[in-house]
Amino acid sequence: MTETLLDGPTTDVRAPVLSVRDLSVEFDTRDGALPALQGVSLDVHAGRTLALLGESGSGKSVTAQTVMGLLDPPGRVTGGSVLFRGADLLTASAEERRRVSGEEIAIVFQDALSSLNPVFTVGEQIAELLRVRRGMGRRAAAARAVELLERVRIPAPADRARDYPHQFSGGMRQRVMIALALALEPTVLIADEPTTALDVTVQAQIMDLILDLQRELDMGLVLITHDLGVVAEVADTVAVMYAGRIVEQGTVHELFAAPAHPYTRGLLRSIPRVDREDDTLWAIPGTPPSLLGRAPGCAFAPRCDAVVERCTVERPALVDPEPLSPGTRRLSACHRREEVLHGHA
Amino acid sequence: MAMPDVVLSVENLTKHFTARGSLLRRSPHVVRALDGVSFDLRASETLGIVGESGCGKSTLARTIVGLERPTAGRVTLRGEDVHAARGRDLRVLRRRVQIVLQDPYTSLNPRRTVRDLLLQPFEIHRDLLPRARREARIDELVELVGLNPDHLDRYPFQFSGGQRQRIGIARALALEPEVIVCDEPVSALDVSIQAQVVNLFQRLQRELGLSYVFIAHDLSVVRHISDRIGVMYLGKMAELGDRTDVYDTPRHPYTSALLSAVPVPDPALRGTRSRRLLEGDPPSPVDPPSGCRFRTRCWKAQDVCATTEPPLTAPDPREQAFACHFPMTQPATTAS
Ligand SMILES: Nc1ncnc2c1ncn2[C@@H]1O[C@H](COP(=O)(O)OP(=O)(O)OP(=O)(O)O)[C@@H](O)[C@H]1O
Ligand SMILES: Nc1ncnc2c1ncn2[C@@H]1O[C@H](COP(=O)(O)OP(=O)(O)O)[C@@H](O)[C@H]1O
Ligand code: SF4
Ligand code: SF4
Ligand SMILES: [Mg+2]
Ligand SMILES: [Mg+2]
Repeated sequence: MTETLLDGPTTDVRAPVLSVRDLSVEFDTRDGALPALQGVSLDVHAGRTLALLGESGSGKSVTAQTVMGLLDPPGRVTGGSVLFRGADLLTASAEERRRVSGEEIAIVFQDALSSLNPVFTVGEQIAELLRVRRGMGRRAAAARAVELLERVRIPAPADRARDYPHQFSGGMRQRVMIALALALEPTVLIADEPTTALDVTVQAQIMDLILDLQRELDMGLVLITHDLGVVAEVADTVAVMYAGRIVEQGTVHELFAAPAHPYTRGLLRSIPRVDREDDTLWAIPGTPPSLLGRAPGCAFAPRCDAVVERCTVERPALVDPEPLSPGTRRLSACHRREEVLHGHA
Repeated sequence: MAMPDVVLSVENLTKHFTARGSLLRRSPHVVRALDGVSFDLRASETLGIVGESGCGKSTLARTIVGLERPTAGRVTLRGEDVHAARGRDLRVLRRRVQIVLQDPYTSLNPRRTVRDLLLQPFEIHRDLLPRARREARIDELVELVGLNPDHLDRYPFQFSGGQRQRIGIARALALEPEVIVCDEPVSALDVSIQAQVVNLFQRLQRELGLSYVFIAHDLSVVRHISDRIGVMYLGKMAELGDRTDVYDTPRHPYTSALLSAVPVPDPALRGTRSRRLLEGDPPSPVDPPSGCRFRTRCWKAQDVCATTEPPLTAPDPREQAFACHFPMTQPATTAS
């Protein structure tokens, strides 16, 4: 699997199915243009999981929305591309765009209740999708909807297909969302905080389900989350976002073992663990920056424990430090990336 | 008799809600949100409470601080019954047990400045501090929780979630309580801010000798902050004891399953932890299972579990109490 690769941060030899290249997005606000994404690049590979990790407001959902073609005004793409199997979706015809973002790339949101239609039964909603997109007949689509509900392990699927979204618990509703997302057997699944509002018991069920289906369909998975535990358990590669940029990227094992960016390092130190007791918790000081009227240097500088003078004047680019092992490359947007990586800063 | 250092004692606390009939359910029904919970909270101690959504954590919190009247059972603060008190006694008792809520966004009145919000408790409890000294006390509070004193005349919406939680904490501290009941106080916060607020709670406890009942669904945060931990299931306490006992050698199957579902932020441990997935959701508290309430999801259940409710007891008084007929066995030798 792992071979020497010089053109990207992942270890996968297959070409990515989805590539985001240098994507920039702005929102026009009363206070001026808000640069929500600034040069974001990501690669998603079939059968693999990319975790997009970051705190609220860092740009995770805007990334997902832009990939899905769901970015509405006042948001607009100001640069970059979204390549699906090499073709740019941002310049594709409306028809091709609709086809890809309905059938090839699917999304599951955190809030299943507001993404489902309250006045149709869940069976009707899945069947409708199959009729419109796959041209299935009424009866076949209804039967397929029940199969899909069964596949996401909803008990008594034939009965539950006749229920409305509000009649499901949070976890069951999330399963319905997943059934809808998988109805067309997408190539890529984007899951935007799919378990954030759920109990750990239900979170474990849902993550298990998503991973099983991923294996079965050889899907590329983009898992958007702020939960480092979930990332550690399921991701192959991780991209850490801060203030609209990717600040660190690498394989999950390398990134957790030796972060190369002070923000990643701070996050890893600031979470308590269920399997041991630590007396004090490291806390990253300060609060995430406002994206408006940003200073020229590193966005993390006001909170960084490794900050040097250069950081406040020069924005660090996302380039790789010394390779840690053959075949892997790490990206870190930090002037002191190598010192941080080797524990000297 | 309660031990001398017990601050707050919860005895057989029960809260049933009568909900009106709905379209689906014609007749009124009883939601057994809290069904006979008992524990003692000691001075300067943190008791963590965990359990799945709907198990009664918030109902417990609200009943302890007097926002709900119990259906049965009682809550005593240094021996005085919180719900039996009237008039001045009631006000004094209320003052000594404060609550901090999850959502800093909704628990603060948006039309009042931080200064007003912090002055409010003194207007309710007028005899606590003469008017002339209140402003000085507010400056102290703001400093204590790490807010910028220049921001006192701002409104809650002008603050971040973490800062709003600091305002909520300052308000709870205004009346110098002995006990703070925290209901999901860090759940709405970002990872980096969560650590700041957890550290603030711990520092305040050290400096002011506070006792906390700390409710959260994040089991890692609860382990970190608590001395002892209670695990609730469907309105009852399933397990209660020292944090290390409860987390490292859980005796109740529910505790064990719950803990095994928590992801550990270390990819090197992938696949090395044994995990038991619980199926489905907890049953409805309107119609809880007979006998042991966990039996419908328990892989160890036997016939007796359906007929006889296991009491919460500690067979070895040095270890945790648990309510199970067939508890998880402890490892014979303590590995690592
Ligand atoms: N005022 C009320 N009337 C009727 N039922 C109620 C009322 N308040 C709570 N309940 C029910 O009591 C049970 C316990 O609710 P509670 O809010 O205490 O749970 P919780 O453990 O805090 O859950 P969560 O983790 O979701 O906050 C639930 O079934 C809830 O629906
Ligand atoms: N519709 C919108 N209008 C203005 N700003 C927006 C809008 N949607 C998102 N943003 C801003 O874009 C940034 C990134 O948001 P988002 O991608 O939702 O973050 P998250 O990482 O929490 O998913 C934030 O500063 C947010 O306020
Ligand atoms: S560039 Fe400077 S301020 Fe930014 S993360 Fe690196 S050391 Fe910290
Ligand atoms: S009493 Fe029985 S059903 Fe309940 S937890 Fe123990 S073994 Fe399981
Ligand atoms: Mg988001
Ligand atoms: Mg609650």
